[in-house]
Amino acid sequence: MRTLNLCCGLILFTLLAACVTINIYFPAAAAEKAADKIIDEVWQLRNSDKPALPPAK
Amino acid sequence: MRTNHFVRFIGLVVLMHFAGSVAAQANLEVNTPAVAALQAGMQKRFAELSPLLSNGAVGLTRDGFVALRDANAVPLAQRQQVNGLVTAENQDRTALYREIARANNKPEWENDIRATFAQRWIDKAQGGWYFQNNAGAWTRK
Repeated sequence: MRTLNLCCGLILFTLLAACVTINIYFPAAAAEKAADKIIDEVWQLRNSDKPALPPAK
Repeated sequence: MRTNHFVRFIGLVVLMHFAGSVAAQANLEVNTPAVAALQAGMQKRFAELSPLLSNGAVGLTRDGFVALRDANAVPLAQRQQVNGLVTAENQDRTALYREIARANNKPEWENDIRATFAQRWIDKAQGGWYFQNNAGAWTRK
C-alpha cells in the first residue's frame, strides 16, 4: 500500500513537472496578436481605414 | 478503495493542468490598467513622433525601440525635445513589454515579447520610415 502511494506520488510529480514544461513555451502566435492589437491602437492604424468621425450632415 | 480515489484525484489534477496550459497559450493577457495607460501615452506621443519617423530623424530599432537616426534632420533648437521624446517613448516601451510579461505571470517572457513587438512595429511601419535590419543597418521602408 505504501509502495503504491509512493509510486502514485512519483507519477504525479513527473506529470506535473511535464505540465510545467509545456507551460513554459512562449506563445508566439498569441504574442503577435497582442502586439498587433496594441500597435494598431498606438499608431491608430485601424482608424485610418475608415473616417474617425461620421461625416457631418 | 482509497487508492481508487487517489488515482481519480491525480487524473483530475493532471486534466486541470492541461486545460490551464491550453488556455494560457490561446491568448496573452494585455487588458490591464497599466497596459492601457502606457498605450494611451504612446498614442498621444505618436502625434509628435510621426513627423520625425516620416522625415527619417527617428527610426525603429531591431530590438523594439526607437532611436535618433539622423540628428541633422532636426533643427538644433529642437534636438533636446526630440531626445526627450525618444527617451520617453523607450521608457514606455520597456514598461509595456515588462507589464505584459508580468500580467501573464511570466516575467521571463519579457525578451520574447520585446522581440515579437520589434518585428511587428517594423512590419506595420509606414512606407518611408527607417528601421534597422537584422544586421543593424538603417533601411528605408
